[in-house]
Amino acid sequence: MHRHFDEELGGLKNDILRMGALAREAITRAVEALKSGDAAAAKKVIESDIEMDELELEIDDKCLNLIALHQPMAGDLRFITTAIKLNAELERIGDLAVDVAQRALDISGKPLLKPLIDIPRLAELAKRMSGEAIESFVKGDTELAKKVVLSDPEADDLKRAVEKELIYDYMMRDGSSSDRAVPLLLAARHLERVCDHAVSMAEDIIYMVSARVVRHHPEELNRKPEN
Amino acid sequence: MHDLNVDYEKQMGMENFHPSLLQGSVGINADPMGTADVVGAEPKIAARGVSFYYGAKQALKNINIGFSPRRVTAIIGPSGCGKSTFIRLLNRMHELVPGTRLEGEILLDGLDITSPACDAAELRKRVGMVFQKPNPFPKSIYENVAYGLQVNGVKDRHFIEEKVVDSLKKAALWNEIKDRLKDSALGLSGGQQQRLCIARCLAVEPEVILFDEPCASLDPISTGKIEERILELKKDYTIVIVTHNMQQAARVSDRTAFFLMGELVEEGGTGRIFKAPRDRRTEDYITGRFG
Repeated sequence: MHRHFDEELGGLKNDILRMGALAREAITRAVEALKSGDAAAAKKVIESDIEMDELELEIDDKCLNLIALHQPMAGDLRFITTAIKLNAELERIGDLAVDVAQRALDISGKPLLKPLIDIPRLAELAKRMSGEAIESFVKGDTELAKKVVLSDPEADDLKRAVEKELIYDYMMRDGSSSDRAVPLLLAARHLERVCDHAVSMAEDIIYMVSARVVRHHPEELNRKPEN
Repeated sequence: MHDLNVDYEKQMGMENFHPSLLQGSVGINADPMGTADVVGAEPKIAARGVSFYYGAKQALKNINIGFSPRRVTAIIGPSGCGKSTFIRLLNRMHELVPGTRLEGEILLDGLDITSPACDAAELRKRVGMVFQKPNPFPKSIYENVAYGLQVNGVKDRHFIEEKVVDSLKKAALWNEIKDRLKDSALGLSGGQQQRLCIARCLAVEPEVILFDEPCASLDPISTGKIEERILELKKDYTIVIVTHNMQQAARVSDRTAFFLMGELVEEGGTGRIFKAPRDRRTEDYITGRFG
């Protein structure tokens, strides 16, 4: 049976998709600015964050209206509550892109300490994980969401590799490199946090689709549905 | 902005997704803490393999369900699904309709109430009922509540008075009518009449109370008062409520049963049923996709 309510849910889905696209784009541009030392590009990332902030408020308001006016149940309820959580996670990813852009400003005008290898890898992983989280939301694909959750150790490993290299190979050998190394350390930390937010989104999406709570219950990831 | 969104959607191959695709696919730990589906003690009253016929037409098909003491169970389902028919079996009201036939057992404290050995009048003292439309007798407020005791042969006036006052207090009507007990019950508002019917039911000290859409004809304030009564009464009684109002079922019941076309589709903790029903038909009904 056609429901006008479905059109409103479809609109909400598109808003989350838009938020996801903005978040991924912000990460891409922030990491490019970090690699190239382009201060203008970094500033643009910082300035454009307001668009995500405004969209976050708009989506929040829409979700509250849907709950108040339609009193959704079951799958509808899980969809809307998940949208609220994803909205907050994506806005936080946008903020982390701003943080990376600020690190780009910290080192702009100075020669790069070293060619960036693991940070771009971490950035790619962050984009992939957040993209797959959004895709799993849109498709209702729990296997893809599970893949995102299981990618988390990869992000942790990359962050640790960056830390190890910058601390042991640069900062401990030459203390004067700290002003260029610390921003890179922080950038790696920001990108690893993006991956954490993608994992949180994926966990929420698994609940939305299957009503299985995997957050804080990792053993649930591998349990097969009963019916 | 919009183009960015559309491009991303195409890139992901998501153009055809719709939230309605989520329905019905719930899985393994819908209630991971397990609290919503915990059933209390042994059922106070239970249906075992119950089928029911109006002439040749089968209205209920092999219903198996138990109602635990001090819990409220809501029965929901579309019109004609058999929910009102079902609760009327629980105190044998169906016997007032000619040409009906019941198969299976209905057990009250483990004893089959469908047996000829079970006296229907005695049964209805133990299993009381409140109907959709308030149906006070054309008598005084006092007489309405005292009626059940009097027809059951209670003659002690002091005892009857105590019971009337106690029942009116339990039905949260006492403060509104204590100065006009001799007035006609027909002069009360709809909500007051319904609470009077609850008091009348309570006076004979039932163990189970059946509510058949008790708020269907009431305004939101009266509905709120009846719902509050139900939540209070469940401390002492086994309560079964048939309702069309799913928000009401969510507000007052511990467990919810969904009936469809004479079948019990699904029964479980109310939180689980409304957050993560296991059956697609339940999902469709409670989200309004049914039809």
